[in-house]
Amino acid sequence: MVRSNEPIWWSLFSAGGVVAAFLIPVGILITGILLPAGWISPEELRGFFGHLLTRLVLLVLISLPLFHWAHRFRYVLADLGLKGIPVLLAVICYGAAILGTFLAAYHLLFS
Amino acid sequence: MRSRQQAVTAGSETREYIRPMPGGWWMKKKTYLAFMARELTSLFVYALFLLLLASRRHDTDLFAALLDNTFLTVMQIVALPMVLYHTITWFNLTPKAMVVWRGEEKVSPFLIAGVNYIAWVVVSVVVVFIVSRYKQG
Repeated sequence: MVRSNEPIWWSLFSAGGVVAAFLIPVGILITGILLPAGWISPEELRGFFGHLLTRLVLLVLISLPLFHWAHRFRYVLADLGLKGIPVLLAVICYGAAILGTFLAAYHLLFS
Repeated sequence: MRSRQQAVTAGSETREYIRPMPGGWWMKKKTYLAFMARELTSLFVYALFLLLLASRRHDTDLFAALLDNTFLTVMQIVALPMVLYHTITWFNLTPKAMVVWRGEEKVSPFLIAGVNYIAWVVVSVVVVFIVSRYKQG
């Protein structure tokens, strides 16, 4: 049997699907609808970002959906005819998600 | 693809017909096109938006500018139905991916999906409540 790293990417894909399903709609509700409607001001929302727990949740909310996207995007690109370069596709897609995770961790926790 | 062909040449009796799939198949139907656009953009766009917000969290003006940007607000409102579609399809898929048994009986898929929907509403209300605690005055 060929060993595969597929289970790692699939579980990140799955976890990202769950996190996105539960939290992105309410995220858009707050930043895209309630805030423009004046329910909360940008400065008050910035105060919410000040809490460490908020930032840890945000890190998860940025990182896992990126891995979810990367996994789907990889197979969509293959479906579009880029079948000959599977390794390159994987490196680009998962690489983008990994980069996004590092950037998010830096901005949320270390800056 | 290659491994299948090897299996055929390696002496298997049955021949497998591999249907050719041209790269442009997804352009033939509008629904496919819509599916692609949705899959490729909505979650990615919102994750990037949050990342941008995070990167500006120390600067009052830059943080507010991102949230006051009309284009970004419109993008979010456009992405909302796509994300809701993701949520609904994901929850409806959960009982298929995770079959729960209670003794000899399968737990109803409607129950599993229903629990997810209820949890979703509760989580959303709790998040709005927590954020509302940061409102001043």
